Amino acid sequence: MIRLALLLCLMVLALFIASLAVGPTGIGAGEGLAALVAGGDGPVPLIMREIRLPRALLGVMIGASLGLAGAALQGYLRNPLAEPGLIGVSGAAALGAVLALQTGLAATFALGLPLAALAGAGAGVILILLLAGPRGGSITLILAGIALSALAAALTSLVLNLSPNPYAASEIVFWMMGSLADRSMTHVWLALPFMAAGWVALATLGRGLDALTLGEDAAEAMGVRLTRLRLILVLGTAAVVGAATAVAGAIGFVGLVVPHLLRPLVGAQPSRLLWASAMGGAAMVLAADLAVRLVLPERDLKLGVLTAIVGAPLFLHLIYKTRAEMP
Amino acid sequence: MTLLAVDHLSVTLRGRAILRDVSFRVAEGDCIGLIGPNGAGKTTLMRAALGLLPATGTSSLAALPPDQRARAAAWLPQARQIAWPVTVERLVMLGRTPHLRGLAGPAPTDHAQLEAALTAMGLHDLRHRTAMRLSGGEQAMVLIARALAQDTPLLMADEPIAGLDPANQIATMRVFARLAEEGRAVIASIHDLGLAVRHCTRLILLGEGRIVADGPPAAVLTPVHLARIFGVTAHYEQTPLGPVFQPLEVIA
Repeated sequence: MIRLALLLCLMVLALFIASLAVGPTGIGAGEGLAALVAGGDGPVPLIMREIRLPRALLGVMIGASLGLAGAALQGYLRNPLAEPGLIGVSGAAALGAVLALQTGLAATFALGLPLAALAGAGAGVILILLLAGPRGGSITLILAGIALSALAAALTSLVLNLSPNPYAASEIVFWMMGSLADRSMTHVWLALPFMAAGWVALATLGRGLDALTLGEDAAEAMGVRLTRLRLILVLGTAAVVGAATAVAGAIGFVGLVVPHLLRPLVGAQPSRLLWASAMGGAAMVLAADLAVRLVLPERDLKLGVLTAIVGAPLFLHLIYKTRAEMP
Repeated sequence: MTLLAVDHLSVTLRGRAILRDVSFRVAEGDCIGLIGPNGAGKTTLMRAALGLLPATGTSSLAALPPDQRARAAAWLPQARQIAWPVTVERLVMLGRTPHLRGLAGPAPTDHAQLEAALTAMGLHDLRHRTAMRLSGGEQAMVLIARALAQDTPLLMADEPIAGLDPANQIATMRVFARLAEEGRAVIASIHDLGLAVRHCTRLILLGEGRIVADGPPAAVLTPVHLARIFGVTAHYEQTPLGPVFQPLEVIA
């Protein structure tokens, strides 16, 4: 287990450094890192500090958030097909962002879009808690999530439909594909408090999620407070996923594939899968964000497109490989 | 000492009375077979007594905070759920959940209880196998071991021996009887009245949500009760090998 933790740590670290080293300006790894450490006002330290560092940091933060939330939701729902978007908060955050783009709020100040997305996520989480009720079971949560996702998707379509010109519509569509390009440290500082709070909340759920392996009745009889666990799960997921969507748009498949990929390596124990998926998610998003810069550097390939293109076949392969083992 | 005191417990689900004014005590040394036809309210009674269902009336266990209750009584639900491909060992260790503190992992006591539970259910050979890939009967044994590992004064089990082979049924009933002899108590809902008669010190007969009879097996399984509640005739005999009970015919 320690070997796996070490391996994942090294992977994240290596990809983080690689992420700092890659960019259109052709600043080398050594030169860039030296400039980042030494500081200064030249173009190299500026590019490193203002462009590459936030991009790499957001890669780690968003990947960890999606991996962790995916593992927690799969553990709670006892279903390997659960993913962070399931509770509808990412859809609600996207709607907030789309409204900001449509109304021009996004253009008035730099944080207009992410703040609107966070407001969307906040409204989404209130709605899901109202819909799913304080004592509802896991099925109610899934149904409420589906309802919220459908509503957010419908309203997003409506905004696109009523969009005044094709430029606004294409801006919205491109934003929804998800990207880490051209983000600043302001985005990092905006997302960090929500994500940190969400990480801490989700990390406390390990023991309850382990007990849920035996079903809700057995877990409750073993002292797990299910209502509280579910509330922390929803709030924690909403915080990390809402913040991730707010600063980077929709990045799919990370929260679905990463826990699935790592489950056999942690003996399928939900509590261990939490930290493993957080690190694995960080590695996956960093790697994907490196790939979009290396594969088609001149075409601005979107991160969310790549994670889906790589994630979907990988997921199919995993299902094919493990279908004999699932009940 | 009384391990569970239930007074005037009633449960109504969607306008239907499932449990009506049930009162009983469970003392150390009781090995109770909870019997009754399908739909009599056996599962509801145990879940309500544990506080897992909203009910009127009182139950000493339901009144406890969840973590204290989990150290006072273990619950083995009828549905044998194992969500993830964890090993037998890890699954049985989940029974230690109520005893773990803070962020610390299992302590030596927890490992000792794990070993004791594996020994009691004869699972040492399977300990490294993946629980969900075992046979249904083997999974049932693993889940019983999980409840044993919880190491509580009271064990409540919902049809624990359904689906087990005769040897494992008898072995499991012996484990329950031994727990009672050690000064703990067991309540298990059981449909096999023959096994209930042989291994339980006391039977509680439920019919339509009420306790119809509560006492030693011979006093509960009378021809009148069998006819009225189960609608069957039966042969019941004290033999040198212990009591033998066999249902015979359905009463038209």
